[in-house]
Amino acid sequence: MTVQIPRPAAEKARGRARTTPPPPPGRHRKAQGSAGALPYLLLLPALAITTVLLGYPLVKNGILSFQKLGMKELIQHLTEWNGFDNYTDVLGGEDFWRVTLRTVLFTAVNVTLIMVLGTLVGLLLARLGRKMRLTLLMALVLAWAMPIIAATTVYQWLFAERYGVVNWILDKLGWHSMADYSWTSSQFSTFFVITVMLVWTSIPFVAINLYAATTTIAKELYEAAGLDGAGAWRTFTSVTFPFIKPFLLATTFLEIIWIFKAFPHVYAINGGGPDRLTETLPVYAFVEGVGNQHYGMGAAISVLTILVLMGLTSYYIRMVMKQEREDS
Amino acid sequence: MRRSFIGRFWPNATAMVLFVIFLFPVYWMFATSFKPTGDIISEDPVWFPMDPTFEHYRTAFDADNFWNFWKNSLTVTLLAVGFSLLIALIASFALARMRFRGRTGIILIFMFAQMAPWEVMVISVYMLVRDADMLNSLVPLTLFYTVMVLPLTILTLRTYVAAVPKDLEEAAMVDGATRVQAFRKVIFPLLAPGLMATSLFGFITAWNEFPMVLVLNKEAEAQTLPLWLSQFQTQFGDDWGATMAAASLFALPILLLFLYLQRKVTSGLTAGAVKG
Repeated sequence: MTVQIPRPAAEKARGRARTTPPPPPGRHRKAQGSAGALPYLLLLPALAITTVLLGYPLVKNGILSFQKLGMKELIQHLTEWNGFDNYTDVLGGEDFWRVTLRTVLFTAVNVTLIMVLGTLVGLLLARLGRKMRLTLLMALVLAWAMPIIAATTVYQWLFAERYGVVNWILDKLGWHSMADYSWTSSQFSTFFVITVMLVWTSIPFVAINLYAATTTIAKELYEAAGLDGAGAWRTFTSVTFPFIKPFLLATTFLEIIWIFKAFPHVYAINGGGPDRLTETLPVYAFVEGVGNQHYGMGAAISVLTILVLMGLTSYYIRMVMKQEREDS
Repeated sequence: MRRSFIGRFWPNATAMVLFVIFLFPVYWMFATSFKPTGDIISEDPVWFPMDPTFEHYRTAFDADNFWNFWKNSLTVTLLAVGFSLLIALIASFALARMRFRGRTGIILIFMFAQMAPWEVMVISVYMLVRDADMLNSLVPLTLFYTVMVLPLTILTLRTYVAAVPKDLEEAAMVDGATRVQAFRKVIFPLLAPGLMATSLFGFITAWNEFPMVLVLNKEAEAQTLPLWLSQFQTQFGDDWGATMAAASLFALPILLLFLYLQRKVTSGLTAGAVKG
């Protein structure tokens, strides 16, 4: 949690450093801008383990995507190259494009809901009294900490056809056709259950972080805004929002990654069904690759999945990199 | 007067509604796990377990290899979180405090690493682990989970380290502390909330991981709790009491850990923020 909270503080510190003369370089540094081999040494373990354990499977995955690899080849350790066949098959078929479009829409809807509602809940937390805030925080933390497989199990029970409490409530509210409704029988309703669950588990992260970020805003800024006669909305747009903007961007970036990659949530609710209509890209890659034992095809889909995800997040990465360069 | 009443009423009312919405699924899981089967399959929901029973928990405890799954999950999660914290802490110091060639590139590597869709790379991971003859072992799981949580841990800790004023460390050293002492006595306590926050992340990621262990460890002796729960559900799917008892057991440790650490983390953050 709380990825970005220290951000404002860090930026403040940096801002201060910029206005005051730079502190004398530490003893261990020979000159400004070079710290010798030390930083590389400190980074070595992290880079080594990441390169080996992430880099190798990534490269291997890329290589596999150019092979015909099924159960037989896997067991007998055969390598059979088939060039771009996997890619032409995937890209030539209708399924991939439909699934990609579906995944992008799914991500957009969920991330929008999570960011808007999460921000509102975060701002609410900041307005509440101490007791009420702790009460709500407790519920948020519990929803957030709920392990995914446990959450999917509970949501299946909440939305169960018979004896599910959601159907009972809808029936009592006068929606009698919902009394024995099977939520996993259609594409739309299955996605609805998945979305409710994802939004439920994801809002706490955004809300708690946002609340923590607002606690770092100096009270004087609000007082000044009050003296200037700014209303609630004006105060929000000119004091609160600029402060939480970097945090919102970072959280949106993380949520896009997390929602796009959400695998167990989608897979465990209904296995991508009914009729594979709720398969998102990760689930599609898994069902095609592992489930149907088209391993080479699965690898090709996963390469494409990575490319789509990189496309979705490139704007943010570019922005962060620009900022990093300006800072250093 | 009236304004402040209205000003307080709506936020509090909304908060109460949200409290119910967010707590209900968790409550419903625990409540169902204690209800006799008759209460679970009743036409009108029984909102509170009036005659609590432990029968469902007995079913869960009696499942094959129960303790094994627990032992494996705890081992893998704690080791992965420990390793990643250690590696990330030293890496984040380099990234937050030092200027060197290739720094931006290294940050970029970790940002991309964070996007790694592990779920769709399971085949290549499987082949790698198989060729190393390490299937059905906890070692590759621990290592991969370490790499999974490492990028976010580094990127997060980096901002925490950057927020600790450098003067503090130097002041301690002027007072005669060695570099290591300065770190342990002055910097480490200030980083504690950050370390807790990031370990929570790591903990939930590793505790939850499902597709990789599904593909790598086919033998029950080397599997973890998410698999146990999903198999349990396949077996006892219609027995909602037993399924909810199993889900409760799986969720409980992490729910307690979060509740316990969360308060420390937020209070630490608020205090840190005030001090600036």
